[in-house]
Amino acid sequence: MSAESIQAPQSDDDVVVRLTDVHKAFGSKQILRGVSFELLRGRCLGIMGGSGTGKSVTLRHIIGLMRPDQGKVEVMGRDLAEVTREELQEMRKRIGYVFQEGALINWLTVAENLALPLQENTKLSKSEIESKVQEKLALVHIPDAGAKFPSEISGGMKKRVGLARALITDPELILYDEPNAGLDPEISRSINHLMREVSETLNVTSLVVEHRIECIKTVADEVIFLYDGKVHVHAPVDEFFHSQDSVLKGFLGI
Amino acid sequence: MPCAALDSLPKDAWIIALALVLAYLLWQRKFFRDFCDETAGRLLLLAAVLMRLHHLPRRMRWFKSQMFSAGIGNVHVVLLVGLFIGMILAMQTGVELARFGQQDQLGFLVSTSMAREMGPFVTAIILAATFGSALAAELGTMSVSDELTALEVLSVDRVSFLVLPRVLALMVMCPMLTIFCDAVGILGGGFISVAQLNVSWGMYWDTAFSALQTKAQFIPIPKDVYAGLFKSFIFGGLIAIVSCSAGMAAQGGALGVGRATSRAVRDSIIATIIANYFLTWMIYS
Ligand SMILES: Nc1ncnc2c1ncn2[C@@H]1O[C@H](COP(=O)(O)OP(=O)(O)OP(=O)(O)O)[C@@H](O)[C@H]1O
Ligand SMILES: [Mg+2]
Repeated sequence: MSAESIQAPQSDDDVVVRLTDVHKAFGSKQILRGVSFELLRGRCLGIMGGSGTGKSVTLRHIIGLMRPDQGKVEVMGRDLAEVTREELQEMRKRIGYVFQEGALINWLTVAENLALPLQENTKLSKSEIESKVQEKLALVHIPDAGAKFPSEISGGMKKRVGLARALITDPELILYDEPNAGLDPEISRSINHLMREVSETLNVTSLVVEHRIECIKTVADEVIFLYDGKVHVHAPVDEFFHSQDSVLKGFLGI
Repeated sequence: MPCAALDSLPKDAWIIALALVLAYLLWQRKFFRDFCDETAGRLLLLAAVLMRLHHLPRRMRWFKSQMFSAGIGNVHVVLLVGLFIGMILAMQTGVELARFGQQDQLGFLVSTSMAREMGPFVTAIILAATFGSALAAELGTMSVSDELTALEVLSVDRVSFLVLPRVLALMVMCPMLTIFCDAVGILGGGFISVAQLNVSWGMYWDTAFSALQTKAQFIPIPKDVYAGLFKSFIFGGLIAIVSCSAGMAAQGGALGVGRATSRAVRDSIIATIIANYFLTWMIYS
């Protein structure tokens, strides 16, 4: 559609994520039918689309949890089909993933949840880990939540903890899966501002799957509309919401 | 003549051909294929656990807490059931023995059956129903709420972090609880013998203990006790592996967790019984 209006990459180094003609089917159900897009360093890309159009599936391809049936997924310059398991693990340390439901380990405290990836994969000392955990908790504005269990905190706080856990390894790329799901408008707003803040202060690249317009308007620089397994519209955020495309207009309700 | 040619085939060829046809037909059935897939998955999980045994020092905290919940959490059930099993054994066999005036042998019978068979088996069934189902539900909930995926994304080794401490904890606690079950069962048998079958305490204990003293042929340890404990060590591992793999495979919300839990209990009981047969055959034949 209006893909021309997206600025062209200066060099390949600037492309953090590139999907080329990605197909994916589950059994006889074809979900992705040729998804292609590029995400440049430092940018924030929103992905919109109806329920079940394969937004989460797209994210799972980027983090290497799923393999495309056809097509290519490149992340930080590497074709995921060619990386070994160890290399994939290395790459994942540079990617943060914020899950739809938080996906915090229920029998670990908030602080232990954040510390887990560091304990498992780094040689940091106990005090270094502790200070890192505290730093990330402060970053998401919940410095006192460390000793609580996930079952004791609210949905909005869980989202914050999920974000803090995704940030713990100082990633270059953050993937958000519906960060506003299940939150009331006020808490959504604060989460959206937090996401904006994170991507500006830490200068990370981000990809946000969300169907709330307000969230996309707050955080995204450009937006993709997934429809029928393909990228139907790809445009900068202000153009996107003034698009003349009839399907998109139907989806946005304008 | 073709018939003559067929007749001249060795008898084994028929059996092999029949087995192949049967295997092919079974393979066409989905449930059988699923069964093979599941079994393969469990064997792989077991192999993965064995390859990570050296991670145990790092998992001490979870290992201990799992031992606690498997052991302390179920000891009262094991004691209660073990006591009644011993009493039932004494009553059932005692009545028959009394007909031949052989009640003196009650201690011997109760203690060997408890140590060889009933103790390990009953303990395993109890653990499958309590700890195994809890394991499957716990891991199943983690699976359907994306926690397992999160661990994968965070590059946390799930087998080492989740499965290893649970499997080892059950492998330790199952024999421990079996000792309790054996002891309380023999005690329960004693009550019945004294109270209902006119055997003296002294007589009962003497025969019970001397039966347990029987040494193995090659290794000089009380054979029945250790064979039973070895069996329950294996049962513990089986139950934990089966329950963990059922839980981790759970999909599709609360319904999926429920299904995984019931499959875990069913399969671990089946696995225990089949393993019991082969272990008994190995040890005693
Ligand atoms: N592992 C899987 N196995 C089979 N089908 C799957 C799997 N993952 C996703 N699907 C199917 O793919 C489709 C798209 O799923 P996906 O989770 O990407 O939707 P979504 O766009 O994120 O929707 P939502 O807004 O509801 O989260 C769904 O119909 C789902 O049933
Ligand atoms: Mg989704």
